[in-house]
Amino acid sequence: MIPVSYYLLLSAVLFAIGVFGIVIKRNMVTIFMCIELMLNAVNLTFVTFARYHSLLDGQVFVFFVMAVAAAEAAVGLGIIVALFRNRQTLNVDEADLMKW
Amino acid sequence: MPENIAFEIQQILPDVILCFFGVFILLAGPFVGKAKQSSLGILGLAGIVAASLATANLVGNDGTYFTGMIIVDHFSIFFRFTFLLISGLTILSSLDYLRRQNINLSEYHSLILFATVGMNLMAASNELIMVFLGLETLSISSYILLGVKRTDPKSNESALKYFLLGSFSSAFLLYGIALAYGATKTTNLELIAKHILSGSADMRLVYIAMGLMFVGFGFKVATAPFHVWTPDVYEGAPTPVTAFMSVGPKAAGFAIFFRVFLVAFPTTYEKWLVLAWASAVLTMTLGNVVAIVQNNIKRMLAYSSIAHAGYILVAFVSGRDDGVAAVLFYTLAMNIGAFTIVALISRENEQKISIDDYAGIGFKQPLLASSLSLFLLSLAGIPLTAGFAGKFFIFRAAIESHFIWLAVVGVINSVVSVYYYLRIIVIMYMKELPEDYVPVSISPGVAVVLWLATFGILQLGIYPDFVISLARVSVLNHH
Repeated sequence: MIPVSYYLLLSAVLFAIGVFGIVIKRNMVTIFMCIELMLNAVNLTFVTFARYHSLLDGQVFVFFVMAVAAAEAAVGLGIIVALFRNRQTLNVDEADLMKW
Repeated sequence: MPENIAFEIQQILPDVILCFFGVFILLAGPFVGKAKQSSLGILGLAGIVAASLATANLVGNDGTYFTGMIIVDHFSIFFRFTFLLISGLTILSSLDYLRRQNINLSEYHSLILFATVGMNLMAASNELIMVFLGLETLSISSYILLGVKRTDPKSNESALKYFLLGSFSSAFLLYGIALAYGATKTTNLELIAKHILSGSADMRLVYIAMGLMFVGFGFKVATAPFHVWTPDVYEGAPTPVTAFMSVGPKAAGFAIFFRVFLVAFPTTYEKWLVLAWASAVLTMTLGNVVAIVQNNIKRMLAYSSIAHAGYILVAFVSGRDDGVAAVLFYTLAMNIGAFTIVALISRENEQKISIDDYAGIGFKQPLLASSLSLFLLSLAGIPLTAGFAGKFFIFRAAIESHFIWLAVVGVINSVVSVYYYLRIIVIMYMKELPEDYVPVSISPGVAVVLWLATFGILQLGIYPDFVISLARVSVLNHH
């Protein structure tokens, strides 16, 4: 049987790839996909622990997370479309009307 | 057992009422003419009043409900009232603003109600998944609220920045929740504490989980170094939404921050205290120092709210939650008054938000200028105002817990902050009024907000016993 640490490591790596992508990528949609990747890495962690502890609630949490991610996707893409209509760009560096 | 379910639903009745009104406003929106959109705001206010009555009904029902997911205690009830007050003031101050800016969206009012539901559920959650769901209900509503001026690129940008950083931080929080679940086999806050005490939890995982949650909450409440989004988001948002964002989500974030760390990790959170200490010092100093050089009043108030998050962290570090932080939230709620005036002075399309636009209005608009001065003096913590009471209790708590240096840094910061608050008052009263100045009229809704905020500030400043005794019973029950 594959030890539980492999799954945890895989989800940690996926999460790290998501964080890394957000830091280096400049396209809004790609950044958004990286966020989804982070959430799915967390889902994998939930399922792993649910299986490891023989509990069901971890599996149920995944559904909550998926529902929230779907709602976030709807709103997020709406915001990106609204911004694209006004600015004709998907590059986050060009969203600089207000300086950091 | 049906009667049991009815009894449990009673414990979240305020949220049920708010959801009902929110959905009803959404449905009624298309049938109400553009000129009558403000009647939907009145409907929203009615929902908030009804929810307040239902909240008052919760007093005395202490306990956990829905298999331990929802908790009713003084802490959650105090915060529920604070949130309802904040949302009520926001809707009142928005009525006039939305009409002047020509934003005829019924969604606006229902989103405020949905955001309030999210905040309420955060304060009442006794379970990490519930924390996440409450937080997301609040966040998703506020993403839309920030971008409600769809044709304004600044509003788009503000929504985009908050959306990207908000969901980024939610992922951190969620990863922390997953690891805490893995380490302790549960997401119930009290059971987590039990597992940690009994030594059956994997402590390495617990520490990583706490670190990730610290980052997640840090983003939500905008403590340094996770504060970078705040000024941009606050500047671009419609001003009443900025007012809402600077107090509502912040108070909700801190409420849940306190509850998670004090209830679930009471014995282990000392490990993180040094981090919280550093973050408090950094947050206060950065907020106040950068606020000095701001020329945009919304950005200045954004940095001032970052500094206030630092003061609340001082209360967290002191670990003496005898309601000290609660007092500060109450004073922060009065921040809405300041933003209401900013919204009023900014005119159409928010042209006038530079500090110089306040030159000379002191004698031209006496009511606006004097109440803005009072709000700023309260933020600075001048005696006889609410801000003084709030800061006094926090620094006293820090000294009593032997965090002398933290209190010293806090007081120095407080002195620094007087400079930029007073600067606006000086500009209002000592500079020449531009010749082409057109006075702004005060609508009834705005007048009510200003009077309520003025009353709140003076009442807590001059006679604080009432609010403080309320805050004292709202102490979080932890071990």
